[in-house]
Amino acid sequence: MKKKRGYIGSLLFGIKSLLTGFGVTGKEFFKKKVTEEYPDNRDTLQISPRFRGRLTMPDPSKCIACGLCQMNCPNDTISLVTEMITDKETGKNKKVLVSYNYDLGACMFCQLCVNVCPHDAIQFSTEFENAVYDRNHLKLTLNKE
Amino acid sequence: MFDFGIITKWIHDWLLSFMPMGLATVIECMLVGIFIILLYLVVAVIMIYMERKVCAAFQCRLGPNRVGPWGTIQLVCDVIKMLTKEIISIRSSDKFLYNLAPFIVILASVMAFSCLPFGRGIEVLDFNVGIFFLMASSSIGVVGVLLAGWGSNNKYSLIGAMRSGAQMISYELSASISLLTIILLTDTMQFSEIVMRQEDTWFIFKGHIPAFIAFVIYLIAGNAEVNRGPFDLPEAESELTAGFHTEYSGMHFGLFYVAEFVNLFIIAGVAATIFLGGWMPLHIAGWENFNAVMDFIPSIVWFFGKTLFVVWLLMWMKWTFPRLRIDQILTLEWKYLIPISMLNLLIMTIVVVFKLHF
Repeated sequence: MKKKRGYIGSLLFGIKSLLTGFGVTGKEFFKKKVTEEYPDNRDTLQISPRFRGRLTMPDPSKCIACGLCQMNCPNDTISLVTEMITDKETGKNKKVLVSYNYDLGACMFCQLCVNVCPHDAIQFSTEFENAVYDRNHLKLTLNKE
Repeated sequence: MFDFGIITKWIHDWLLSFMPMGLATVIECMLVGIFIILLYLVVAVIMIYMERKVCAAFQCRLGPNRVGPWGTIQLVCDVIKMLTKEIISIRSSDKFLYNLAPFIVILASVMAFSCLPFGRGIEVLDFNVGIFFLMASSSIGVVGVLLAGWGSNNKYSLIGAMRSGAQMISYELSASISLLTIILLTDTMQFSEIVMRQEDTWFIFKGHIPAFIAFVIYLIAGNAEVNRGPFDLPEAESELTAGFHTEYSGMHFGLFYVAEFVNLFIIAGVAATIFLGGWMPLHIAGWENFNAVMDFIPSIVWFFGKTLFVVWLLMWMKWTFPRLRIDQILTLEWKYLIPISMLNLLIMTIVVVFKLHF
């Protein structure tokens, strides 16, 4: 329960809490500022590693063409072209990836595809300068780069 | 220490050498007027720049830094923008009062501004009831605010004007009482005399505890008087849009804006003059060499340094505390600041009577 303070008590408490506030902002005044002067500091820019810039596929051989990313994508951003090949040694049928088509313009960076991928074949890179002059440049094929 | 009185006397003698006394006085008055208005503008620009930079630093940002070195040209651009904007006249407003209000506000501000002693020998209005005159002339600003609210025929403006009127009139009391506390110590109201009496020690050290309490109360009341800081009720955007200057645009709004910032400078300047010695360098009785070194710094630098320090304190206050409600503002004034400042006046009387000060 809140303690009831009298006139002098509340006055002293008020002064104490105001001084606490002064302390907080006073420290903030001398701190290093958080502003990024972006185009000037392009060389030294630090982007936090979990930033979702664009989808990449660092190692295409990891992809098993299961299509989970395509099914989970809310915007139909990802479309996989696959084909069935028969392994000559074992004689088993296997699905392989032909092209992994990703439309950056439709992506909403929800990261569902990355979360669902069973082999961590795709991940988001921190590269954020995604502007292009033509919308067709946003249609990327991730496994052939 | 350089006395600017030499320059003014030289100009006076030079004018007298080829024209009669009356004409020379008129010309000198015009020169002083131009000087004051130019200084007013320069101070306004410096204050707005400082406000933006200090505010940014308290919020851990950099502030304007694109236009010119460290963003210094930004203010010039803002002024040009403000000058070129249209002054919209409201159809159902009281035209005369609506147009008069910003000029009354700026007039009060300029009158109070010319009371400040900027340096040794630079005192424009300097007579034996200086502080009294300053308080009186800065109070005229309330009339301008009320007229602005009434003349623009807008409910938000009127409510905002009534609020700021109530607030400014209330806080005038405790500000005046805390100034009276120091007048008790000095037994003079003349600004130049007050500064000269602080030759050995500044009053905040000379009057120790009661002077410090008066200083704090004056800063709080001064901040409330210029409608800034945690007391910027009339500008409570969410409830009153922009308070009394809702309907103003272009340079009419600019005048209110400039007056607000220069009023902040005036409050800080008065606090620096009364409590921190004005243009008087830091002197410690007995330390002759130290005093001589301090005298090498020009008096203008001392005055502006102290004033900008007090301005910084006020901005610290503004960017730290959340805004108060109208009832909280009036409670703070009538139930806390006035009783404390009256008690403080009593303590100062005891200190002066029994010679307990340094």
